[in-house]
Amino acid sequence: MTVFWILGALLVASAVFVISQRKPVYSVVGLLVHFAVLAIFYVTLSAEFLAVIQIVIYSGAILILFVFVIALLSSGVAPFSVGPNRMPKAAVPASVVAFIALALVVYGILRTPLVTTGAHVAPTSVAGPAGAPNVFGSVADFGKALFTTHLLPFEITAFILMVAVIGVVALAGEETPFVPSARRARIVEREMREALLRGGEQ
Amino acid sequence: MNEAALPVAIVNYIALSAVILFIGAAGVMLRRNPLIMLMSIELMWNAANLLFLAFARAWLNNAGHIFAFIVITVAAAEAAIGLAIVVVVFRSAQTVDVDEIASLRG
Repeated sequence: MTVFWILGALLVASAVFVISQRKPVYSVVGLLVHFAVLAIFYVTLSAEFLAVIQIVIYSGAILILFVFVIALLSSGVAPFSVGPNRMPKAAVPASVVAFIALALVVYGILRTPLVTTGAHVAPTSVAGPAGAPNVFGSVADFGKALFTTHLLPFEITAFILMVAVIGVVALAGEETPFVPSARRARIVEREMREALLRGGEQ
Repeated sequence: MNEAALPVAIVNYIALSAVILFIGAAGVMLRRNPLIMLMSIELMWNAANLLFLAFARAWLNNAGHIFAFIVITVAAAEAAIGLAIVVVVFRSAQTVDVDEIASLRG
C-alpha cells in the first residue's frame, strides 16, 4: 500500500519533469526515472519478465535513440540545444480545463465499484517459486502464452518491426532527402566528374 | 491474505494511469519541441501498459502481458520512425519548432 503511493508519486513527478523541462536532454533523464519506477511497478504486479523488457527496450533502446537524435541534431546548430520554448497562448486556460476534466475522471473512477476477484480468476496461481511454470507472470507462463495462444500477434510484431526498419532506412538513409531522383542523379554525376578532375590534376 | 488480491485496489491503478495519460497529453499539446512531444507519447503508451498489467494481475490472466509486450514493440517502432522523421525534417527545414514546419498544412 505505502509502496504504491511512493512509487505513484515518483511516477507522476517524473512525468511532470519530462514535459516541463526546457532542454530535451533533461526530459530524457526524467523519462529514464519514469521507466525505472514503472519497472518496479511491474514487479509488484508479478510481471517480472515485462519489467526486464521495460528496462531493456525502453531504457536501453528507445532512450538511447532519443539521446542520439538530440546529440546529432544539436551539434552545429546553436538554438536546438535550447529548443522551442514558447507556450501557446491558451496554455493556462487549457491546463485548468484539462485538470478539471482529469479530476472528474479520477473521481468517477474512484467511485465506480469494480469486481476484480471471483468468477474471472484463472486457474494460474501467483504462489510458488519464481520462474516455475503455471505461476502467473513467470517467464515460462509468459512464453507459453506467447508461443501458443497468441502466436499470430507475435508474428505480426515481427512484421511491424520489419516495416519500421525499412521505413527508417527509406526516410533517413538518404543523404539528400526530398530531392527528386533525376536531380539527385545529376548531383552525383557532377560530384563524380569533379572528383575525377581533381584526381587528374594530381 | 487472498493470493489473488492486488497490493491495492484496481481503481488506484486506473486513477494513476489516467493521471499519467493526461500529463502525456498535456505534453503533446503544450510543447512545441517534437522530441518532447514524442517523449510525451511514450508516457501515454506506458500509462496504458501499466493498466494492462494491473488488470492482468487483477484477473490473473496473462493476455494482458502479451498485449503489453506488443505495445512495447509498437512503441519502439513508433519511436524509431518518429525520430527518423524529426531528423529528416530538421535536415531540410533547419528548425525543430513544429509550428514553423507548416509546409504540409492544408
